[in-house]
Amino acid sequence: MPEVTLTIDGRTVTAPEGTTILKAAEAIGIHIPTICYHEACTANAICRMCVVEVEKQRLLQPACVVQVREGMVVHTRSERVERSRRTILEMLDSAVDLSDAPEIQAQMAEYNVNHNRFPGAERRTPPVIDDNPMYVRDYAKCILCWRCVQVCAEDAQYTFALSFDGRGFRTQIGTFFDLPMPETTCVFCGQCVGVCPTGALKPRREWLLEQGKTPDEILQMSRTARRKSRRAQR
Amino acid sequence: MSVETQESVDLTPLRPVLTRLAPQGRSGLLPTLLEAQTHYGYIPPAVAAEIARSLGVPLADVHGMIEFYALLYNEPVGRTVLRVCTDPACALRGGERVLHAACALAGVEEGGTSADGAITVERSPCLGHCNSGVSVNVSFGRPVRNITFAHVTPETVGDLVDGRGRTTADFWSEDYVGGDLCILTPLCGRGRRTKLFEYEAVGGMQALRKVLSSMTPQQVIETMRRSELLGRGGAAFPTWAKWEGAAKAPGQPKYFVINADESEPGTFKDRVLLEGDPCRVLEGAIIGAYAIGAGRIYIYIRGEYPLAIERVEAALQELREAGYLGERILGSDFSIDVEVRSGAGAYICGEETALFESIEGKRGFPRVKPPFPTTHGLFGKPTAINNVETLAQTPYIINQGPDAFLRLGTADSAGPKLLCVSGDVVRPGLYEIGFGVTLRHLIENLAGGVVGGKLQALLIGGAAGTFATPAQLDTPITFQGLRAAGLTLGSGAIMVFNDKRDLRDILRRLARFFAHESCGKCYPCQLGTQRQYEILDRLAEGQPLPGDVIRLQDVGWTMTDASLCGLGQTAASAVLSAMKHWPDLFTNGSARHA
Repeated sequence: MPEVTLTIDGRTVTAPEGTTILKAAEAIGIHIPTICYHEACTANAICRMCVVEVEKQRLLQPACVVQVREGMVVHTRSERVERSRRTILEMLDSAVDLSDAPEIQAQMAEYNVNHNRFPGAERRTPPVIDDNPMYVRDYAKCILCWRCVQVCAEDAQYTFALSFDGRGFRTQIGTFFDLPMPETTCVFCGQCVGVCPTGALKPRREWLLEQGKTPDEILQMSRTARRKSRRAQR
Repeated sequence: MSVETQESVDLTPLRPVLTRLAPQGRSGLLPTLLEAQTHYGYIPPAVAAEIARSLGVPLADVHGMIEFYALLYNEPVGRTVLRVCTDPACALRGGERVLHAACALAGVEEGGTSADGAITVERSPCLGHCNSGVSVNVSFGRPVRNITFAHVTPETVGDLVDGRGRTTADFWSEDYVGGDLCILTPLCGRGRRTKLFEYEAVGGMQALRKVLSSMTPQQVIETMRRSELLGRGGAAFPTWAKWEGAAKAPGQPKYFVINADESEPGTFKDRVLLEGDPCRVLEGAIIGAYAIGAGRIYIYIRGEYPLAIERVEAALQELREAGYLGERILGSDFSIDVEVRSGAGAYICGEETALFESIEGKRGFPRVKPPFPTTHGLFGKPTAINNVETLAQTPYIINQGPDAFLRLGTADSAGPKLLCVSGDVVRPGLYEIGFGVTLRHLIENLAGGVVGGKLQALLIGGAAGTFATPAQLDTPITFQGLRAAGLTLGSGAIMVFNDKRDLRDILRRLARFFAHESCGKCYPCQLGTQRQYEILDRLAEGQPLPGDVIRLQDVGWTMTDASLCGLGQTAASAVLSAMKHWPDLFTNGSARHA
């Protein structure tokens, strides 16, 4: 693979052609923050936390998808970059419950986020959906990173149980006509829960424990549910 | 599927639609949903499930489609749906009052359906009749018909229900077409479609004949290069470069796409061209398709332009019968046909890659670029995509030669240009000019000057554009001249505001437009358009909060710098330019025009 040489934050880097700025920076210990990015998922450049300034480019560039080029000069912490990242975090914080998102919390601390930056802002607060024995969906915590939709589709499982309701600020992950999960094509593989970065998708047992239920109570609940479903089948 | 047993929906009307469109697979999804809705009024779950099965599309994705497009419904709506435009041009003519009258008539809040199921009232983004507002797009009857009406008042909005009361002619949009030049628009603004034989009678289709009989694709591209034609959709990218890129790109088949998803507030030039003289645009597209070696042309027309869709379909029929479309056209080796696609209420689908996604049967999410359409366009194949006005320029360039075209403009901006003038002027309308005239000439001489007061501001380029002040009136209308003045031509929309207007109300409307039209993919736009709207809403109410100026700047620059596509990158453009010109507008207590 031919190699290209570029500059990141004043340091010269050599990387194979096709490498993203994100990976090239990582290789020399420069950490570029990301939110939607996940090793197992197709990078879609959604969150724009990873934007960097590339000289001679009018717009900031998403490091997760933009590939290195010969002679490229990259600044990962310029003033414009910092303003965008801080504002993205503040806007996210003003819309979504990030209490279960430790990685984003750490980023907010690093970027000195003002937690009351947008007073009076509309928040997304849909009710918790508890419609199956395996996991609950609390979309008040959803940051729309698309990972669950992607692993449910071509990135992993080819189940296609998930899509989007609404659009713009009012987008929410949803099923066909908002059917309960057991009535969809979901196979309960759990991959969506595994890639969710904010606790919007959570194993039901974990969620019940957080609600104050004891393991014994949870066991009892699932036995009752099984008996009921067996009776219903008969 | 349990959904199918939950209700009994007669699927009979759907069968012929599926027979016709299902062979297209997923690409047939949007047309199928639109047609299904004309029968059912909305898309019942059982219908959606049957469509999913027939087209081989996941159920969740079909639902996601319905949810994305504003003209598709997943629950019943009124027998008449009134979509009232309240964007700036119509707002100046009382759009808000028409909306309130419609709501009162139906006894509902905006977005609601009357208790008897007769009327649904919605607030609509700009409907592209800015020269003859207030405009209202109406769906009514079974099968559902869709008509966009102009000149609607609070007193007459009730006449639109079920199409009763008055004839549509009372509400017809008489487009005023004028200007210094008459190269693109000689057959427009006559209140009817120019038929093929009329177009031929004034030299129409000669350019295509010339191309097919005596020019290689490379010669066509070279001619376009020498003409220096820049795209008229807003981005001003060299047309020849798109064509050459697609022509040289490996991979077959190749596609040629006409972007007729005109939705930029204040813009109606493409509608006027398609309604008045569709053959000119289609001739340009066939020439372009020949130049890149395309096997198929798609024209994606905005869903709120039913008349344009109807007239393009009629023009295509004439072109087919006359041998301009089909196998080996005009005796050449070149075969081509055109497929019309209707949008369904999504401004973002005017973004080229979102438009491709829409044709492919997906939500209109813009793609990450690169790769660019020339190599990875529609269906992942090499594609050239051009704006309607751009293609209308092509026959002239071929017929008269690039030098004649260059003489019509200035050194950096070649050719004629269509400008859509709306708002507080004597004659709002479509004006064809040669590049190089001043804004003053356009407003004072052509459009007849400002009415209702003195000039306060111009908004150039639509919602995604920038404000100009009266001091900038002598700026020449060229790409470079406007850029030097910190302005942008964009789509060629110019809205005029007199000094009685409260620009904060205009800004709120622009912000609401972007919040409504953001696709929601990237965070800066998804979140930023909403936050920007909230701030400008309270500003327009005279209740800004301390720090709102900095807040607007941070949100605005983050959207501009970091958004994924042009929508987000320009969603703060007008706001940031207004902050520069009129900083006092954004501080507490400056109720200048309230």
